[in-house]
Amino acid sequence: MISYLGRRLIQSVLILLGVSLITFALLYLLPADPVRQIAGRSATPATVESIRRQLGLDQPFLVQYGRYLLSLLQGDLGRSYIQRSEVSQLIVARLPPTLLLMAGAIVFELVIGLTMGLIAAVRRGTRTDQSLMVVSFVGVSAPQFVVGLLLLYAFAVKLGWFPIGGYGTFSHLVLPSLTVAVMSSGWYARMMRSSMIDVLRQDYIRTARAKGLGRTAVLLRHALPNAILPIIAMIGIDIGILMGGIVVVESVFGWPGIGQLVWQAIQRVDIPIIMGVTLVSALAIVLGNLLADIIAPLIDPRIKLR
Amino acid sequence: MMKSYLASTVAAAVLALGLSSASAQVAADPAAKQGGSITITYKDDVATLDPAIGYDWQNWSMIKSLFDGLMDYEPGTTNLVPDLAESYDISEDGQTFTFKLRKGVKFHNGREMTAEDVKYSIDRVVNPETQSPGQGFFASIKGYDEAAEGKAEGVSGITVVDPHTIKFELTRPDATFLHVMAINFSHVVPKEEVEKHGADFGKNPVGTGAFKLGEWTLGQRVVFERNPDYWNKGLPHLDSITFEIGQEPIVALLRLQNGEIDIPGDGIPPAKFQEVMNDPEQKARVVEGGQLHTGYLTMNVNIPPFDNVKVRQAVNMAINKERIVQLINNRAVPANQPLPFSMPGYDKDYKGYPYDVAKAKELLAEAGLDGGIETDLYVMNTDPNPRIAQGIQQDLAAIGIRANIQALAQANVIAAGGEKEGAPMIWSGGMAWIADFPDPSNFYGPILGCGGAVPGGWNWSWYCNADLDKKAQEADSIVDPARAEERNKMWGEIYVKIMEDAPWAPIFSEQRFTLKSTRMGGADNLYVDPVHIPVNYDHVYVNDVQ
Repeated sequence: MISYLGRRLIQSVLILLGVSLITFALLYLLPADPVRQIAGRSATPATVESIRRQLGLDQPFLVQYGRYLLSLLQGDLGRSYIQRSEVSQLIVARLPPTLLLMAGAIVFELVIGLTMGLIAAVRRGTRTDQSLMVVSFVGVSAPQFVVGLLLLYAFAVKLGWFPIGGYGTFSHLVLPSLTVAVMSSGWYARMMRSSMIDVLRQDYIRTARAKGLGRTAVLLRHALPNAILPIIAMIGIDIGILMGGIVVVESVFGWPGIGQLVWQAIQRVDIPIIMGVTLVSALAIVLGNLLADIIAPLIDPRIKLR
Repeated sequence: MMKSYLASTVAAAVLALGLSSASAQVAADPAAKQGGSITITYKDDVATLDPAIGYDWQNWSMIKSLFDGLMDYEPGTTNLVPDLAESYDISEDGQTFTFKLRKGVKFHNGREMTAEDVKYSIDRVVNPETQSPGQGFFASIKGYDEAAEGKAEGVSGITVVDPHTIKFELTRPDATFLHVMAINFSHVVPKEEVEKHGADFGKNPVGTGAFKLGEWTLGQRVVFERNPDYWNKGLPHLDSITFEIGQEPIVALLRLQNGEIDIPGDGIPPAKFQEVMNDPEQKARVVEGGQLHTGYLTMNVNIPPFDNVKVRQAVNMAINKERIVQLINNRAVPANQPLPFSMPGYDKDYKGYPYDVAKAKELLAEAGLDGGIETDLYVMNTDPNPRIAQGIQQDLAAIGIRANIQALAQANVIAAGGEKEGAPMIWSGGMAWIADFPDPSNFYGPILGCGGAVPGGWNWSWYCNADLDKKAQEADSIVDPARAEERNKMWGEIYVKIMEDAPWAPIFSEQRFTLKSTRMGGADNLYVDPVHIPVNYDHVYVNDVQ
């Protein structure tokens, strides 16, 4: 276990290094010039060159990347080109909302996805099953921008149940996390359905029924825990998928998270922020996967870590 | 002794008397109510509130409420008036400007503002280490080059005569200098606060303005509070302004309709524009005004076939501007010259190129290109710009020019435009020129002059006419206010001459439409102020306070 963890940690660091190199290279190759964004439209070529020199953007790629890595190792993510503030400060200020949104989304996707999957499996082959699977398919395919606006319009504007965008209270959290959850709950519904169908076919279920246990008891006490196991392990991996949705949903709902931060940074070629957020997200995904791998043997003793 | 050429009524009266310009402070509206708070939304983060750095249209007027400059404009107009300056003198040769400062003006930290602060603030912008986008505005001051290259400490042409007098010596007569003293980059900052916060001064702004910073929660909200010690008594009217950040325009509109906010800072989203304007109740709360903006199609004179003036003229005649204005729900007026119609110097008699497909085809035939042309049209990829580009594309197809649309992120279009042979055609939408200050010269240098036709420059047509550069310089050396008309006329001629060479096809000038809540008070022109965009925060007020 210890050696496994050690190996995985080294792998994680290598992955992060790779992510940083690739992102840095992509941003370097971008035709857009960050210096022009800083200097603005009225700047003379002399001003532009002076800023380029000061930021070290006149150096060859490897020197620039080396400098970035060096300060990264000292925990310095640099300063935003446009905002001029410390990137770490900007990310720290925006991380809590994103984590909250993610937590809310995980709760929603599990509740909705597992319930739908459970019902579909029990009613396998019926109209209910078919319509639930259609719904999950729509959920997976619907663009989140559209889902967000629809939810906003129906539940906030028309019904007035929730505030129209913003951040702060629990009721602000409901619609955005629901929007993020819609897509992944579709996946969960499908996984839960097939996992449940597998379990329901097992002999011990038949035994439980044969010894006279009620249908509900069998489902909830015998089938459900076993069917959920493989799915719980998915949550860690899910973080990566959620990250993608969060960028869109945060801008629809005015949610002050890192998705919104990076979205604005991309428009302005604010490389330090793009790098910083990419690395933090990559770290979250790597940690999520690691967590999933560690949890898996705990809930299913048949899985061994090597 | 000469005076500003600007048509400020006060300044004009002073001129008639042949005196130094006297204190012409902007008075508060006597009908205004005192107190109350408003909420304004924006989509994008407020990047910085440092006047040396901020250059977004959204933080531009926020900075104006936290800081002051020597000069400002009468609210809702383009008329220059002294602000932190009480009066000013311009020497006979137009090369020395002396400002007398108002006494008793205090920074938000309680210290009195002096001429030293004015000098420090401008030295700071010119200092290359500040990396200010406004550095170049001060290029006419003596000693600029040495300071801008970091070879000298401070700009030698700026002299503190006494604590309340400051003198600027220029290397050439500069008719735009008073405007430069009104732009944010010359707004006055206190040295001790800048040194205390360093690069974070933009998040901890301290100025002399009508408002001071109350709270800033990164990514969520910025709150301005009334400065009780503001030198201009009676201003501002509001107790506080809350800027909520990160709100999509469509969400902001819904919240306005719900009575939650007062002004959606990003305006009415295009998709909802018709709906709002068709509703009499909402339409009554929309204020429409002109904007110092021109949207244009650039044609790169280095790239065939646009190296041929006949082709460029043909493009000008091929585009149905009326129809393109309809594409954006009539939120603009067609343009026929680079200057917007509300800018001094605009030539009302100039008719421009007519929409004439037959004549355009003829011109192409004369150029020997009636066999058809294939080229690229670069455009920023956010609505409505691709739609406008498609409109242009259709019009060009009608005369045999096949333009492939390259819809890219803003920064990529700007990058292509700044390369000598990068982009044959660019539709300027989303990146178009909006004047830094209301003077005709501001539409020339960087976007049509030789100075801008450099790698990384903004002169995307790469048009460079040395004769016009000379004439521009000549016009800008007319500092004598009595000759202002003559100067404006010269500028008008420069732009008409440019249109003969047709490096641009000017398409339209955008109109502004500000939507406000029912409780907002104050003259309509405060809501379409040409300088304070979207609204003049210092002068607006709310009606529901006692």
